[in-house]
Amino acid sequence: MERALVSLNLSQLVAGDSAKIVEMPTVGTAFLRLREMGLLPGTKVKLIRKAPLGDPLEISVRGYNLSLRGTEASAIQVERVEGA
Amino acid sequence: MSTETAAPSVVANPTEGPVFAIIGNPNSGKTTRFNVLTGLRQKVGNYPGVTVEKKVGVCYSQHGRPMKVIDLPGAYSLAARSPDEAVLRDVLLGRRTDTARPDRVVCVVDASNLERNLYLVSQVCDLGLPVIVALNMVDLAEEAGIDVNAVELERVIGVPVIRCQASTGMGVLALRLAMSRAELARPAFEWKIPDKIVPAVNEVIHGLTAREGRDRIGAQAEALTLLSDRENFPLAGSSAPSPIALDVVNRHEELWRKEGYDWRGALVAARYDAIGLVLERVQRSKPRIGVAMSDRIDAVAVHPVWGWFVLGAVMTGLFLSIFSFAEYPMNWIDSGVAMLGDAVRGNMASGDLRDLITDGVIAGVGGVIIFLPQILILFFFIGLLESTGYMARAAFIMDRLMSHVGLSGKAFIPLLSSYACAIPGIMATRTIEDRKDRLVTILVAPLMSCSARLPVYILMIAALVPGERVPLLTKVGIMLLMYALGTIGAFLFAWLFKRVLLRGETPLMILELPPYRVPSLRAVAMHMFERAFLFLKRAGTVILGISIILWFLTAYPKHENPEATAAAQIEGSFAGSAGKLIEPAIEPLGFDWQIGIGLIASFAAREVFVSSMAVVFSAGDDADETSSTLRQALLDAKWPDGRQLFTPLVCFTLMVFYVFAMQCISTIVIVRRETNSWAWPLFQVGYMTGTAWLASFAVYQGGRALGFS
Repeated sequence: MERALVSLNLSQLVAGDSAKIVEMPTVGTAFLRLREMGLLPGTKVKLIRKAPLGDPLEISVRGYNLSLRGTEASAIQVERVEGA
Repeated sequence: MSTETAAPSVVANPTEGPVFAIIGNPNSGKTTRFNVLTGLRQKVGNYPGVTVEKKVGVCYSQHGRPMKVIDLPGAYSLAARSPDEAVLRDVLLGRRTDTARPDRVVCVVDASNLERNLYLVSQVCDLGLPVIVALNMVDLAEEAGIDVNAVELERVIGVPVIRCQASTGMGVLALRLAMSRAELARPAFEWKIPDKIVPAVNEVIHGLTAREGRDRIGAQAEALTLLSDRENFPLAGSSAPSPIALDVVNRHEELWRKEGYDWRGALVAARYDAIGLVLERVQRSKPRIGVAMSDRIDAVAVHPVWGWFVLGAVMTGLFLSIFSFAEYPMNWIDSGVAMLGDAVRGNMASGDLRDLITDGVIAGVGGVIIFLPQILILFFFIGLLESTGYMARAAFIMDRLMSHVGLSGKAFIPLLSSYACAIPGIMATRTIEDRKDRLVTILVAPLMSCSARLPVYILMIAALVPGERVPLLTKVGIMLLMYALGTIGAFLFAWLFKRVLLRGETPLMILELPPYRVPSLRAVAMHMFERAFLFLKRAGTVILGISIILWFLTAYPKHENPEATAAAQIEGSFAGSAGKLIEPAIEPLGFDWQIGIGLIASFAAREVFVSSMAVVFSAGDDADETSSTLRQALLDAKWPDGRQLFTPLVCFTLMVFYVFAMQCISTIVIVRRETNSWAWPLFQVGYMTGTAWLASFAVYQGGRALGFS
């Protein structure tokens, strides 16, 4: 209910949450690299944890773990899915 | 790609044997594969004009024919984002003027992370070169419940797939046999270029084949690389992309941008779609039972609380071993060098040649190799941290703190290593992709108090604190203050440089956190010896030259009286004159010309300050920083007007000077090598010496104003 109305970004997930990427920016070096690392609209990701100081984040994507900063993560729109 | 089925590739010059490029994602075990293939038959150099390491080895075919193997830097994509990746792209596309295009490619693929690894494979298969896939870490994949059908993979992408496993040596022979084949089929990794992009690709192919005589596959590879990599990380020593292709690509991209079409994303997605289809056919995963070992380790290693303890423990272990284990071999080297000097002294007629050899060559080179044990241990640890996967975690934990001064977590280990010695620290900055961040890290690394400053600190603390034995707490307190001063300085300057000199965005922290792995000791040892050898080669040669010059400056011109004391000789020498020349500049810091000689002599290496003070104040040849004779000689030293020279304030000021001053030729040489220019090391000498002077001035004059002496 709430999910459908309020947009959610990757950095707002809590550790253990699984989500599907809905939309991500198309310009910028960081986002091209993230797409090449396998983050594409429709890709399932899971937030593993945040670093001890809250940033960067560690996510699991396509079977491996990747770290990215909160600044990038907050530009990636996601929707929660049931855990994988 | 399906567009063309070319004839199998036959090596152009069969007597030479094919040239292989070995490529792969970072953490795929590529370097270990390269080491196993080539053994110790390796040559390490640099790509001219770029600070990327070039490693070439020789491997023997089934029939004993030598085959050249180039180890290209690890990369995730041909759309380069770092000099390392740009080198990979340009070598494979045949754009390097210094390296001919390889004949064949061995692509190392991590079987436990197949999906993302196949992305690079798919790009490389488009290049038209014959490819062999080394399916690495099949054991780890099996442990993780992933079963990869190599035979099926071979069928789907049309290239030989060799199952490999580092721990048992599986696949070594099979890989060599595959490499020895006279003919290798061209890959057939099919994927569908999005319809909207096809016209642009075709136009480039048409232009390049018609007007530049390029082959179809090469032209298509050029088009796809340009389309996915418009910013095109240019590299010195590489030929620029074809203007015809650039023109076409620019035109189409302009249109797409207006339409809001994300062509780069479409290309990436198309490849991943094709990879998904391949995976459906070749990969079976069982759901994992329980939590993987890596996750269990990480639950502690990057825990909000325990993570700091682990990091602290690892770092403490690193420094304890550097300072304790290294002590014995350092003493051996020290006495070995002394013995060698004595042997020469005993067997040669006295004279300038003898002095040149003993005091110049042997002492100078000895002063460099004494740090070899520390450097070896440090590289061993760095190799260990890297190959186990902890390095990435340390960067992950520290990233937030480092981002305050505009750096990324990747700068943490290089800076930390610099506490032992700036040289390995600076060499470790190669893991930082962003050029500006790497430069900033290199510029501030020598501010971290390295072990060569210790002798100076120890001597000054001994002279500073009255009494025969310095209370441990005082010693530790002052020492910690110096380390803190250097560290704060490093961060302040990093912040300043990122703001003013090398402005750029806060670096990315897109970093793979690979599963923990048991490291191969052989690989770590090879890494260690390779680095140490590079250090000796790069620093050793220059140090030799500088030592000879410094010896000359202290030995000439000769004192009229051949019986003159060493101190009198030095006073009249070029070095003595130079000390007197700079006296006006250092007097405001409380230093006289005799200290000036020490500053000049120790420009080559900080610890030389101690031995030159021993000579200047005639404390005897074997005086070192802990000997009481040298301490007494310093305490007895006076200004011409009878004031004490080494007052506590002067000792303290000298320490502050050494915290900031760039007194190390080896570092200058390494920075020159790593930045590929003399401008950066010279700037570094300038800013550090300037800061050292200003800080010393502030301490000395401020201290006097406050009534200290």
